[in-house]
Amino acid sequence: MSEVQYQSAKTVKEAVKMMQAAKGKGYILAGGTDLLVQMKSGARTPGVIVDVKKIPEMVSVAEKNGAFTIGAATPAAVLGENKKLRKAWPGVIEACNLIGSTQVQGRASAGGNLCNASPAADSVPALVAAGCIVNVAGPKGKRAVPVEKFCTGPGKTSLKPGEIVVSLTLPKRPKGSSDAYLRLIPRTEMDIAVVGVGVSLTMKGDTVTDARVGLGAVAPTVLLVEKAAKALIGSKLDDAALDAAADACSAACRPIDDKRGTIKYRTKIAGVLLKRSAMIARDRIHGIEHRGHRPV
Amino acid sequence: MAKIHVNTTINGAPTEFLCDANQTLLDVLRDNLGLTGSKEGCGSGDCGACSVMVNGRLVCSCLVLAPEAQGMKIETIEGMAEGDKLHPLQKKFVEMAALQCGICTPGFLIASKALLEKYPNPTEDEVRYWLAGNLCRCTGYDKIVTAVLDVAAEMRESAR
Repeated sequence: MSEVQYQSAKTVKEAVKMMQAAKGKGYILAGGTDLLVQMKSGARTPGVIVDVKKIPEMVSVAEKNGAFTIGAATPAAVLGENKKLRKAWPGVIEACNLIGSTQVQGRASAGGNLCNASPAADSVPALVAAGCIVNVAGPKGKRAVPVEKFCTGPGKTSLKPGEIVVSLTLPKRPKGSSDAYLRLIPRTEMDIAVVGVGVSLTMKGDTVTDARVGLGAVAPTVLLVEKAAKALIGSKLDDAALDAAADACSAACRPIDDKRGTIKYRTKIAGVLLKRSAMIARDRIHGIEHRGHRPV
Repeated sequence: MAKIHVNTTINGAPTEFLCDANQTLLDVLRDNLGLTGSKEGCGSGDCGACSVMVNGRLVCSCLVLAPEAQGMKIETIEGMAEGDKLHPLQKKFVEMAALQCGICTPGFLIASKALLEKYPNPTEDEVRYWLAGNLCRCTGYDKIVTAVLDVAAEMRESAR
């Protein structure tokens, strides 16, 4: 670790060049809440640390024609303070704001949470439900990746050598849309999800016209559960539709047994959280507020 | 490897230091600059004993790389009292015995100050969640939470 270099990039192009020059030994430093811990434990030994927080587009939020583009290294606390973003995507923001403590919130980013590629990452199921697009830049130019295709396994992403995640785009919302994210943890704060479920709904009156469901911590990567969404679309979120969607979530689970939860428990809870998240998203569409425990 | 030269502002004073690329801000505060008020508990962002403000934002200094501090404004526990005059939170912590061994106290004070500056009227629930990233093995938290709520009420009263 003594030979590690620190470099601060001022543009995306510069960051890509630094990563290329590092020949596989480069690591992006966004909030550092994963990287510094991994360096300390010896899990990662960077040759070059490329700090991207001096790149304006990577630490800010832009809105264009109703779509939000979130700089990959924007701290979660900054996202939570953006009222317009919180109003349009309350589920994405509550998921981002569940990552770690207040202190961690001051540094941790959605882009970092995604690139760390934990199956239990809190922001990712909500981003999957949101239909988020990951904007990647690399030596061969830019490309856009649907967020559900970005991670390929625990700790593994589809980034090619020299590529970095620049930003995340949340599409324009049709009228009557909202979202929600719920996770289950053994304590009420600062823990890793046993299961996490993100639901995004569009409704016309009482009827669901569009839905997406993201499911975390129950498979090697966060899952897009299309069958659960299908069960919700066209329904009025009646018991039969919710049961069918919950069953689809449970059926999609391929979890592990560990100290946080057994396979059986995770599989059951996936369905329970789907129902509750869908109800919260529905409430939000109808103007009923649901908020977390931290002050906003 | 050549050291990195960093210019920063700590508790209002322009400060420069030399560091290695892999040193944390906490390492530099304690070992290079002698500011040992910030404590190292876990070194992994779980305990909050190293809490400082960076550009007005509450962070764990063990999760900030020292070279990142270039151009940043840093506030540590050493800047909380004005000379001998304790900050209302410090006074209240002493009065209400909201500490025992004291290792977690600088972090709790910095985090509580950040809370009250942003949200002068927090509920007990909000105080507990805001401070969930600060661990204390002595007090059982109750005295800390009560102290913060008391100071919040007093500060609101005196601001009237």
